[in-house]
Amino acid sequence: MTDTNSEVATVPVTINGTEIAADPGELLIDAAERHGVYIPRFCYHGRMKPVGMCRMCLVEVDAGRGPALQPSCMIPVAPGMTVDTQSDATVKAQEGVLEFLLINHPLDCPVCDKGGECPLQDQTVAFGPGESRFVEEKRHNEKPIPISETVLLDRERCILCDRCTRFAKEVAGDPLIHFMNRGGQTEVNTFPDEPFSSYFSGNTVQICPVGALTAKPYRFRARPWDLDEVESTATTDSVGSRIVIQSSRNQVLRVLGVDSEAVNWGWLSDVERFNFEAINSEHRLTQPAIRDADAELVSSSWGAAAAAVTDKIKAALDGAGAGSIASIGGARLTNEAQYAWARLLKGVIGTDHVDAQLGDGLPAELVLSMPRATIAEACRPGGIIILLGPDPKEELGALFLRLRHAIVEDGATLIELTPGPTGLSPHTRHRLHSPTGTVADVATALVKGGATTSVAGVDPGMINAAHDALGAGPVTVILGRTSVTEHPGVLADAARALSAAHPDARYLSTLRRGNIHGALDMGLAPGVLPGRVTLAGGEPAFTEIWGSVPGSVGMGTADTLRAADEGGIEVLFLLGADPLVDFPDRALAERALAHAHTVIAIDLFVTESAAVADIVLPAAGFAEVGGTTTNLEGRVSVLNPKVTPPGTARPDWMIAAELASRLGSDFGFDSDAAVWEQVTTVCPSHGQLGADALAGVDAEDGLLVGAPGSAGFDFAAPAAVTGVSEPEAGSLRLTVGRKMYGASSATRHSPSLVGLAPGTTVRMHPENLRGIGVDTGEPVVVRSARGSVIVPVQVDPSIPLGSVWMTGFQSDVTINDLLNASDPITDVRIEAVHRTAQSPSGAGGSEAGRS
Amino acid sequence: MGEQLIGEYVDHAPGYVDNGETKIVTSRFEYSDSFTLSRYAATGGYQALGAALARTPADVHGEIRDASLLGRGGAGFPCGVKWGFCPEGVWPRYLVVNGDESEPGTYKDRLLMERDPHQLIEGCLIACYAVGLSQCFLYVRGEMALAQERLAQALNDAYAKGYVGKDILGSDFSCDIVLHWGAGAYIVGEETALIESLEGNRGMPRLKPPFFPAAIGLYGRPTIVNNVETLSNLPWIVNNGADAYKTYGSETSPGTRLFAVSGHVARPGVYEVQHGVTTFRELIYGDRFCGGMRDGHELKMFIPGGGSAPWLFPEQLDLPLEARPVGGAGTMLGSGAIVIMDETTDAVRACLRLVRFYARESCGKCTPCREGGVWLEKILQRILDGHGRPDDIDLLLDVGDNISPGPYPRAGWEAEGLEPIPFPPKQTTICPLGPSAVAPVVSAVTRFRDEFEARIKTRIPVNAAVSAAHSAAAPVAAPVTAAD
Repeated sequence: MTDTNSEVATVPVTINGTEIAADPGELLIDAAERHGVYIPRFCYHGRMKPVGMCRMCLVEVDAGRGPALQPSCMIPVAPGMTVDTQSDATVKAQEGVLEFLLINHPLDCPVCDKGGECPLQDQTVAFGPGESRFVEEKRHNEKPIPISETVLLDRERCILCDRCTRFAKEVAGDPLIHFMNRGGQTEVNTFPDEPFSSYFSGNTVQICPVGALTAKPYRFRARPWDLDEVESTATTDSVGSRIVIQSSRNQVLRVLGVDSEAVNWGWLSDVERFNFEAINSEHRLTQPAIRDADAELVSSSWGAAAAAVTDKIKAALDGAGAGSIASIGGARLTNEAQYAWARLLKGVIGTDHVDAQLGDGLPAELVLSMPRATIAEACRPGGIIILLGPDPKEELGALFLRLRHAIVEDGATLIELTPGPTGLSPHTRHRLHSPTGTVADVATALVKGGATTSVAGVDPGMINAAHDALGAGPVTVILGRTSVTEHPGVLADAARALSAAHPDARYLSTLRRGNIHGALDMGLAPGVLPGRVTLAGGEPAFTEIWGSVPGSVGMGTADTLRAADEGGIEVLFLLGADPLVDFPDRALAERALAHAHTVIAIDLFVTESAAVADIVLPAAGFAEVGGTTTNLEGRVSVLNPKVTPPGTARPDWMIAAELASRLGSDFGFDSDAAVWEQVTTVCPSHGQLGADALAGVDAEDGLLVGAPGSAGFDFAAPAAVTGVSEPEAGSLRLTVGRKMYGASSATRHSPSLVGLAPGTTVRMHPENLRGIGVDTGEPVVVRSARGSVIVPVQVDPSIPLGSVWMTGFQSDVTINDLLNASDPITDVRIEAVHRTAQSPSGAGGSEAGRS
Repeated sequence: MGEQLIGEYVDHAPGYVDNGETKIVTSRFEYSDSFTLSRYAATGGYQALGAALARTPADVHGEIRDASLLGRGGAGFPCGVKWGFCPEGVWPRYLVVNGDESEPGTYKDRLLMERDPHQLIEGCLIACYAVGLSQCFLYVRGEMALAQERLAQALNDAYAKGYVGKDILGSDFSCDIVLHWGAGAYIVGEETALIESLEGNRGMPRLKPPFFPAAIGLYGRPTIVNNVETLSNLPWIVNNGADAYKTYGSETSPGTRLFAVSGHVARPGVYEVQHGVTTFRELIYGDRFCGGMRDGHELKMFIPGGGSAPWLFPEQLDLPLEARPVGGAGTMLGSGAIVIMDETTDAVRACLRLVRFYARESCGKCTPCREGGVWLEKILQRILDGHGRPDDIDLLLDVGDNISPGPYPRAGWEAEGLEPIPFPPKQTTICPLGPSAVAPVVSAVTRFRDEFEARIKTRIPVNAAVSAAHSAAAPVAAPVTAAD
């Protein structure tokens, strides 16, 4: 192959008599399409390696040795190449291939979900022979067979283009579907007892060029021509994948990935793709509710509910003052709603006890001041990626696919500083896994190199090998909260060590909640104001616009809950927060909600916490509200509403504006656009992100928030970590990790996903399990100082010695029964069940710590 | 170890016929213990290896290039030239031995592996030394149990004696040979599919370009893929020199070559024949060879180079057994498998039998072969069952045209005033398996159109057609029953 890396800017190629300028190395099929000549294809997909199998893209190519039929998806352009996509030979070959594809394809288009948007249908019309000469019996297979809990396969419709199987193997790394048999009996299938249980299975349905793969949530629900769609952004997690929301008759029926070069490359995790079902749930809140004299939540009007809320606020302000009002949560909200709530809480009410994180994230100062990397920068070819955070495969699926591609295909090197294996571990040899609480020591050793003894159980050779790899390219640190059992200061210490040795390193935050980065940018954290400024720094500007700002830095979620427990909180707002489930100290959350005078929940569902609230306000959710959202890169992209909210549920910004108005403060907001206009006016960081800019042609992927004013890290913020000592004899250090499907309300209210939650388990090294007298799969008691739970144990030699890994935040076990928010680290003992009084509910039982 | 086990071994499988002529690769076939290291060593075995190690690799490579040894797998490309195709400076690179002999009618490599495994191993070592490789993969077809067993034993013995492994024969040349058993797919005989299979994947061909094995082969490294018979020639050439080799055979095709003859001849079997000199007529009718057609029958057609080659007919009997003239007649010498069919053979049934093989052995990767092969089989079966339609003959040809566009090579094109058609034909498929299913169709339809028309016109009821076929037609490829 000739070297086209030199000064050649473009490659001249003649297509159908017209010379075009192709890019060097570009595939012929892409070059032709960019210049308006569509070459039909089935197997070719721009995000996967070409295989040239379906033969549909055969065109006559003359590269100097006479015209010959060549698959245009496999041929890079070459100077002087002459291509004829309409020659007799091309047309005959394409008609022939289509006829071949159709001889065994059932003509059940009228009942096929793909009918109307089917590439096979469309290309048959455009390029097909018009009629079939096949008079034989078609091939028959059992129609459709489930290949996973969500995906069904109709092998009769399959044209064996290898897209799904390639995706599973190359992109997702879950090679669970394969070609089987040969000749005319070739089919795609799974091996017995090995279902296609991939977190990314829905992508295969989207890229299937026929109706062979269908997914339960959409199957037989609509015809494509009845669907109406808008482009939007997924807010399931903080990746901010670009999507299309499709609806019919005011009901969201399907979500598809959009090929956004900057973000998700068209891929979605199944939770992003399928949890729209929760929007349509019959359990959605439709009316405000107020707890009556009999302590029952009773539906009320908005007027009555809003009046009740403002009464409580006024009473608190008149009594204990603004410091007795607090708010936790807000990551679910749009940027606009977050700004409106920040202004209500900080500008009108005057409290700084505002925290969008539930004690399971990172200090806001750390996130707001870190020199950020984009996903593309983190994934650059030859780069070094240090994973100092949770498993992206479980928490940020679309980001996992980008990282995996960078590591597997583009030569990026991964160094894991995690408490155990992640979904990326198979792709790296630098697995510096150590128990929680020790990562700062390992990070220090890593940047120092020359280790002679093991550090926190990590082999010195492994540390030195990773140290050698560190210098080979630009460093990106993936920084997120690894485990809620570990004080975030430990992570900050580790990041500080990395930053000192690699001052040019960039950081990608992996706080996971939907719009958590927007919440921090919009001031929903103690001590900060919208636009990534501190309370003190923003005080002059915001006093002018808001009237006032809080005088001192307020409390975070943990301190707020402690204050509530002690009776110091009069009004506690739960902005989509469910502390009973999510806060890493269930006992404290329970006491706080019980002792706070008034709890006001603004949510989509009656969550466990909302069920004990005094006033519940129904909010409009994903696909129902417009505005913008901010992803983990700081990329602001547009959210478009597609359907109307159920009942009287309202957008969150409207709720804040109404409460402000009732408190005598008119925000002047009449739409989310008006809120955004104020944001872009008052926040210099967002000044370039006006509605016009976001609607621009170069803003398809969204626009990045301007760089923060403060350069470098402000590591002073996280409190110094104290009390991280060696575990007592017989105790093991606890790590709690999340799974893609867990106890989140969106998953719990999506019928297709709820059954996929794996349930709580504890994994441990066989040496640590020895002596307990329990085999893998059997239940054990996990006992912490706070409480205990009974869960099945699994032997896993990849868990570091001296620690256990629990799958947490599942519906079957309240994992936070074990946790104490005051402990910088959590140690547990693992005991056989028979030694203790067995809980009657078995694996789901929770023995102690609840009074 | 080998010695102890001799008594336990089964006898040689039949197939080889000693024709009393020059023996280059079959010289040890007469011994019942030809596969043992002791016999091999007693008959000059591993001397060529020692001789090669005493010369420079480039010198050995030059010797092979001078010998003009043509590849015996089917394409007939000069082996010494092929060795020079790997890009400079890209290491590691590999030698892969294609022992997945599965073309219908071919069984010569099986005999070489069963009867003289050490000759193949020595050939592999010479090739690796000449090209500077230290890793060789020996891929043996899944069904060839005896060949696998004897090669495994031979490799163990050769390792034990230091012929294979580290510092061979005291030199600084080290080479490992890994034996790999196939899983029974015809397509794996195609070199890129074989490489996929070696890598542990489903055996499906890769597209050339970009996956020319010499540049991007096994594990993405430069890879030389050679046939068993090709490599088995190397010890003799090193021992006797290129000039001696070129005294056999024709100028363009030196040496000898194995031909596996099956079908309706008096004495089918594998013959070592002077390459490019002997004609089909001599091979089929010669007393030292097949001894003519079976009692009193007449030749109707024959396949010159395995099931995927277009057919030849009695008027082409005087073609020499050489790639170029056979290619000029619109077919190929292929892997040297010659199937003889006499006048009792039903052309439609023979055609169906071949098409069915290719339809069922299609790997399923690309559309025209996977779907088109099955379609051809179904049409032929329908015609045979008495349900043929008048359009079916044209349909067969047009379906074939969509797998293999343009005029398909076939015998007799000159008589019809057509331009010479090069073999192999054009293809809409990735590998030549698709066109292989078209070859018998085009051959049978153009030559024996009357037989197809008769089947279609008379519309013989299914049962009658089947019974008539059974009484009239003998199997296409009769089991090999040659005296050993």
